[in-house]
Amino acid sequence: MEIKIVRGSETQSYNVELEKVTLLTLLNHIKTKIDPTLTYSQGCRSGVCGSCAVRVNGREQLMCEYKPSDGDTVEPIRNARVIRDLVVDSGMVEHFTRAANAWSEGSHEGNVSEEDAARIETQSDCILCTSCYSACPVYAVNPDFIGPYALTRVWRYVNDTREESSAAKIAAVQTNGIWDCTLCGECVPVCPQNIAPKQDITMLRMKSAMMGYNDPNAAAAFGGGLDFGGSFF
Amino acid sequence: MAKVLIIGSGGAGLVSALAAREAGAEVIVASKTLPTRSQTSMAQGGMNAVLGGDDTVLQHIEDTLKSSGGLGDEARIAFLCENGPEAVAWCNGIGLPFSRNGEGEIARRRLGGASAPRACYAQDYTGLKLLHTLFDQCLKAGITFYNERFLLNLIKDEEANRVLGATFLDIARGEVEEIRADAVILATGGYGALYGKHSTNSVQASGDGLAAAVRAGAKLADMEFIQFHPTALKNSSILISESARGAGGYLVDGSGERFTDELAPRDVVARSIHDEIAKSGAVYLDIRHLGEAFIDHELPQERKLAKIYEGIDPVSELIPIKPAAHYSMGGIEVNEGCMSSVNGLFAVGECANHKTHGANRLGGNSLLELVVFGRHAGAKAAEYGNKSPAYPCENPQCVKDSNFIRGVMYFTNQIDFYQKQEMLANIFYNNVGLVRDDMGLKAVLGAIRQMQKELPFMGPRDKSKICNTNLVEFIEFGNKIELAEIIVVSAISRVESRGAHYRIDAPERNDRMFGAHTITWKEDGVLCADFIR
Repeated sequence: MEIKIVRGSETQSYNVELEKVTLLTLLNHIKTKIDPTLTYSQGCRSGVCGSCAVRVNGREQLMCEYKPSDGDTVEPIRNARVIRDLVVDSGMVEHFTRAANAWSEGSHEGNVSEEDAARIETQSDCILCTSCYSACPVYAVNPDFIGPYALTRVWRYVNDTREESSAAKIAAVQTNGIWDCTLCGECVPVCPQNIAPKQDITMLRMKSAMMGYNDPNAAAAFGGGLDFGGSFF
Repeated sequence: MAKVLIIGSGGAGLVSALAAREAGAEVIVASKTLPTRSQTSMAQGGMNAVLGGDDTVLQHIEDTLKSSGGLGDEARIAFLCENGPEAVAWCNGIGLPFSRNGEGEIARRRLGGASAPRACYAQDYTGLKLLHTLFDQCLKAGITFYNERFLLNLIKDEEANRVLGATFLDIARGEVEEIRADAVILATGGYGALYGKHSTNSVQASGDGLAAAVRAGAKLADMEFIQFHPTALKNSSILISESARGAGGYLVDGSGERFTDELAPRDVVARSIHDEIAKSGAVYLDIRHLGEAFIDHELPQERKLAKIYEGIDPVSELIPIKPAAHYSMGGIEVNEGCMSSVNGLFAVGECANHKTHGANRLGGNSLLELVVFGRHAGAKAAEYGNKSPAYPCENPQCVKDSNFIRGVMYFTNQIDFYQKQEMLANIFYNNVGLVRDDMGLKAVLGAIRQMQKELPFMGPRDKSKICNTNLVEFIEFGNKIELAEIIVVSAISRVESRGAHYRIDAPERNDRMFGAHTITWKEDGVLCADFIR
């Protein structure tokens, strides 16, 4: 089987006779038997550590879960500085989680119903592989966009019935956050954990509206000329 | 304000980081990966704690002591178990999304060797959700992360037997740098990756922290005790959580017959699977009777991984399994304050030996250990740093290590280290695995000594300065070889069977001779070993 790997400005082809293995197993074979300079990240081999996200034929995949086919092209994820081959600078994980205040401010003791626990089950499955970040087209126009994984993380805490305070989190995602998303949904199918960041962002918009925040785009769309809430009468 | 350097960013590292911060210290976490990519993400089963019902803390202590095979320290086990409920409450308080039962309490399941269901869990993602919750809290607490820094050596004042910091390879830039601190906590995880494709562990679990500690003169304890998980996927050694058996899964032979008590302690189950495979060739895990809805809700990872790696669907098919190296009971010897034999050097989590697991760890006790002892170690390290701050001290370590990184590029590469690494993994699985004997162990020791001599004829073939993972993997291999010798010497010395260490040539437990900890250390590069009660 022929696998093409984008390495900087070059694309290199490798011929490997291995059947029914994952892309990660195949790359490990190349690194240990053919070309030790091939550089990529890996960890658990079982889809939980989030180290090995790449793009295969233009779509984000975890190498440890993807079964390659002849002719596949593998390249690093997008929107991040490439350090070498398939390894990118992952500083965005920390940067946007911090920017979004995506943490618990304190979580109540006491019982939680199974239904309430289930509300955040999927969102807290996130492995921070950054596939959604790579697939997001907003970064082409706004590199400061807090982005899908960090916003899902915010919703995971906001929607947690134990959470003591959501105010700071909601405030943190008003600028470069929920309103900058175009709701295109590119982040949804690429998530290996079946999380739908687009949906979580929609939920955060509703929550924000309930807490008195406005969609800045909506205000701009009306031209800001009519002020029905003001002292018109 | 004391400066605490934490090396390793898994659960143990992040809990101790939060604790040291809470105690007022400035905290730096340096790690060879990103925090959320650590091995803790792979822990599935749960965290043991007695939360009422018919269960008691006394029973938890007794279960743990019994499983430890005489090598557990009663006082520390009591400390672990008594702090269990508070540890779970603390995790809940920072937002760990525990699964819940019908009454809305934190759900608990029964794991092997436990007299009651006491493993608190978050589906089969307990470790993942704990690790991510901790990471978020560390960001909130303003902890500084130095990611992709590979630990080379500890910086030590030999005369005072005092650690002053550590040297690292900044992987992305290819530069060696030093970080000084008032106290250092090693939280670098275990050494299961020595077993290569016969281990459930992350490829990162190469024991770098233990190897650096032993080079700095720290003592290790009970290194021969490596837990084999009974149920890993046959071809890939990917873990199938114990909760599959806890929920009622069966172990069956080739003809579909059950042959053992599925919920006995791990060493017992793993050996009976080993024997059954030797006898009839194959063993399977059968969870078909649990039903699709249950499997999808409680064991979603297992179903996905069995499909990817074995090409079977556990809802309708048997899962082919084998035992695989899973957890390192051995580790850096620490006192009740988590400090090693080197002043100011602390260790916590899987890289440490807190003497809570002894000869065999119970499922659900390792996540508990990293929370309870992580909080303890963080506070103790901050306290130590305040009382005995580091001092300026000329030290050649960073220069030495820079020279090494430059020099290793000139190693001759006549011998392929990846091939040797694979061979090491295979002979370890066969001869230093579930069943051991003197001759087999000595053969491995011979092979390791040969590899040690051959290291200068190996080396990285990739000469890049930038992000050279071939270089990193070669240094990891060096660390594995360093630890391999210690493990095998310990296993040869212990001529008896106990917990995870089973000698077919000495199948009985011998408390008179070996009812003690195997303590190993290096003096002037020479490996020393002793049994100390």
